[in-house]
Amino acid sequence: MCLAVPAKLLTCVNGEGVVDLHGSQIQVSTVLVPEAGIGDWVLVHAGFAIQRLDEDEAAETFALLADMERAQAETHHEDAKARKETRGAG
Amino acid sequence: MATVRADARMWVDRLAAAAETLARAGRSVSFMEVCGTHTVNAFRSGLHGLMPANVRLLSGPGCPVCVTSQGDIDLLIELGMRSVNAQNGRGIVLCTYGDMMRVTGAAGSLELARSRGADVRVVYSALDAVKLAAVKQDQGGRGDVVFAAVGFETTAPATACAVLEAQRRGLTNFAVLASHKLIMPALRALLGTFTTEARRHGTGLNVDGFLLPGHVSVILGADVFAPIVQDYAFPCVIAGFEPVQILSGLTRLTEMAAESKPQLENMYPQAVTARGNRVAQTVMEQVFEPIDACWRALGVLKGSGLGVRAQYQAYDAAAKYGLVAVEGKEPPGCRCGEVITGRCTPGECPLFGRVCTPIDPIGPCMVSSEGVCAAWFKYGGQKLEVVSPKGGGA
Repeated sequence: MCLAVPAKLLTCVNGEGVVDLHGSQIQVSTVLVPEAGIGDWVLVHAGFAIQRLDEDEAAETFALLADMERAQAETHHEDAKARKETRGAG
Repeated sequence: MATVRADARMWVDRLAAAAETLARAGRSVSFMEVCGTHTVNAFRSGLHGLMPANVRLLSGPGCPVCVTSQGDIDLLIELGMRSVNAQNGRGIVLCTYGDMMRVTGAAGSLELARSRGADVRVVYSALDAVKLAAVKQDQGGRGDVVFAAVGFETTAPATACAVLEAQRRGLTNFAVLASHKLIMPALRALLGTFTTEARRHGTGLNVDGFLLPGHVSVILGADVFAPIVQDYAFPCVIAGFEPVQILSGLTRLTEMAAESKPQLENMYPQAVTARGNRVAQTVMEQVFEPIDACWRALGVLKGSGLGVRAQYQAYDAAAKYGLVAVEGKEPPGCRCGEVITGRCTPGECPLFGRVCTPIDPIGPCMVSSEGVCAAWFKYGGQKLEVVSPKGGGA
């Protein structure tokens, strides 16, 4: 329920904004983060941006996330390769 | 990739070292998270499998659906049913977050109400309900829109914003049925049962520290939890939701226990500041005031809920429709209350996995996707129950 996800603000006018969330554009209210502007990273919860994230620290977190996604993708790739090889050998 | 793995490895090693120190002293420790997202992510990431034998992570009263009292659930479903029974065409459109749809009350669930013709809609944002009311009013439509507002401090500011937006638009057909909960009174209630004497007898809170909810802390700020450490010398760590963030939080709690140095530590500084989101706090205080609220398992706690202030009474569904919660009976045999206070594991409940399953749930902890019973069922929690908790158990 208290899940909130980081996303980048694309537009922000009069308390209404649009964020990029993994490639999807989602409407959010920005009334709770008046200090946030276009290009800022925000935490989004139930249609509201609830916090502007410090860019350096956000970048570090998202680098970790990106790393993990890459790691997962590589693991899947390696698994698939291993399965293929096993099948080939068998 | 190397970064994450190295980081995770470092925390796992530190956790093992701290656990070893505790083991040499013959100690095992349990920590409690109070957030449904922590519950789910800890299971999903396999964190429980990485934990040393003498360190356990329990789930506390942190899932809003799970802590909502039976009376509040009955009220919500009654309101849903009312729109089915409405004779004069002045029906109600009940908007809710998806999690509440399948919770069962005395008169069935919202899902059942919908199947009988009630207009129950799942919304992503409280503002979606306001927009729906605006469209209805513009079109001269009859009937009201009610938003069922559950959740902790992360969600309450959104509800407050919805009320203010309805007022700004001059809507007379919008109201909220608020059963928001506040985290600090719940933590204090748990700590109230935490005494050395009680522990020795295997009663009271059997926990050595709190893993505090990251997104509630975004709103409230880290400082709000300082009294827990001051008053109870109880370790508290605010943690984020990525697997490594939960792991690092758990590691710091274990280290504090091993060193007997209870502190409040913010391990989620990317998002949590000392004083929190002041705008969100102000909006919440403007629309709501603290009221005594009834929690599943914890009973009525003073000032632990949020009621709509008198000046916004026009938007308070309880006042508008004369609704009063009557505390009903919880489902027979259901141990959800004990589960969310760390007194039993889902596996110890006689209903778990037998008659209470995600397809046909009985207790709220199985209904909610963030409930600990649902997580146990999905991720095979019973297999993880290899460590006997202090004072007996599985």
